[in-house]
Amino acid sequence: MLFRFISPKTSQKIMKTVFWASGILTIIILIIIIGYILLEGMKVINLEFLLSNPVDSGREGGIFPMIISSLYVTLISGLVAAPLGVGAAVYLTEYSREGHVIKLIRFGAETLASIPSIVFGLFGLSFFVVFLGLGWSVLSGGLVLALMALPTIFKVAEVSIDAVPESYREGSLALGSTKWQTVYRVVLPAAAPGITTGIILGMARSISEAAAILFAVGAAITVPISIFDPGRPLPLHLYIMATEGISLENAYGTAAVLVIIVLIITIVTNTLVERYQKKMMGR
Amino acid sequence: MNRIEVENLNVYFDEAHILKDVNIKIPNNTVTSLIGPSGCGKSTFIRTLNRMNDLISGFRKEGSIFLDGNEIYEPSVDVVELRKKVGMVFQKPNPFPKSIFDNVAYGLKVHGINDKDVVEERVEESLKSAALWEEVKDKLDKSAMGLSGGQQQRLCIARTIAIEPEVILMDEPCSALDPISTTKIEDLIHKLKKEYTIVIVTHNMQQATRVSKYTAFFLHGEIVESGRTEKLFMEPEDKRTEDYITGRFG
Repeated sequence: MLFRFISPKTSQKIMKTVFWASGILTIIILIIIIGYILLEGMKVINLEFLLSNPVDSGREGGIFPMIISSLYVTLISGLVAAPLGVGAAVYLTEYSREGHVIKLIRFGAETLASIPSIVFGLFGLSFFVVFLGLGWSVLSGGLVLALMALPTIFKVAEVSIDAVPESYREGSLALGSTKWQTVYRVVLPAAAPGITTGIILGMARSISEAAAILFAVGAAITVPISIFDPGRPLPLHLYIMATEGISLENAYGTAAVLVIIVLIITIVTNTLVERYQKKMMGR
Repeated sequence: MNRIEVENLNVYFDEAHILKDVNIKIPNNTVTSLIGPSGCGKSTFIRTLNRMNDLISGFRKEGSIFLDGNEIYEPSVDVVELRKKVGMVFQKPNPFPKSIFDNVAYGLKVHGINDKDVVEERVEESLKSAALWEEVKDKLDKSAMGLSGGQQQRLCIARTIAIEPEVILMDEPCSALDPISTTKIEDLIHKLKKEYTIVIVTHNMQQATRVSKYTAFFLHGEIVESGRTEKLFMEPEDKRTEDYITGRFG
């Protein structure tokens, strides 16, 4: 060991500096990326950019239909993946005992999480678009994204539910509640902050995804009205604008809007979750 | 009259034989203490009385437990109904992370009592019975987690009596509390025994003499001796009881 030759005091100092530097570096990288995108993007962002349709494939005009498409697919993915993920987590933590089936479900979720998003995209095309006949639509896109958000939501929900003290469950059951009443009235409310964070993490992944929806939503630049209409969410728009050399300025504008939406969602949920936790724990 | 009668109770967790031929009668509206060294099966015993052990895998029992003359392990018995009649207060105060009001109202809601006036009245009554009302009446909507340990334990007692059980099981209810809070809980036990049958597990022998009329001494999963508390402490019949209460082991 290298540390054998230096005094404990010195090694303590060195390691403290190393950890401090890693922390600072992480923040600096984050600030540089977000700062650069915002700086570049802000040049084109104004109310008109946000609220008008693109003109000439996006060289001019705004990104209103893309914002709506993004909200559509993200909301659909959340609405589908949240109940499924939380439901599976409840089953695993509350209703089952450790065994082969449980291991299989957990393994399945982990595998699902590691599949490349473009593969999801391909699956989305053949299953939702073609086989189920949903066509190129925000619904197809939302469903593919639901599959991608599912493992995140499931995993975070499982950990949060598992962290609810056993004494809460015992207290509830001893008062003559059924298992379901205990889950619904005590366990889920106690795990709600963690579960919410998981759902937001999953949806943040959905809103940022381009490859997975590439073959599922179509690329229409009109505002999707029904869930069966095609759309073009922000990341996809960004991808097309940049790779086809349409307008790098507007690509940055789109990226900045995307980043701002994600930031707003994260900050708002964190604030709400903290407030709820404070109320719950009486601090 | 006896509220609970236990006959030849044997309890196993997988292969481990935890309770051996336990026989005890627990009379109405009295306090019965269960004493004995750690790991002697007191807690396991008390948890068979409201079937909390059903939740643990590998639990198996032989023998009978009668509540008001009815075997509580009959397949026809609804565990939910049983636990409504046999309430439990745990070692560590375990209020729910909800408001003080919602904690006490919890049992009522679970059992389908939703009428607002009835619930409010019962919550107030229960908090008064648990000698907590004066301390919390102005902050019923605040989280129960903000209360002190002793207040939390009295809240758990209030929560239990809100659903009007016949029996209250207490599993070392004071072991996590300071002496003043302990005195308050003991005073409360004296008050509650007029209406409820109380079975209390305690490590504290002074506590057993202070609160209970009857005491049973558990050792290695067996009841060595049981009877009137003063008799058991003043003139124990068994040598092992004498050794334990004089502090020679345990």
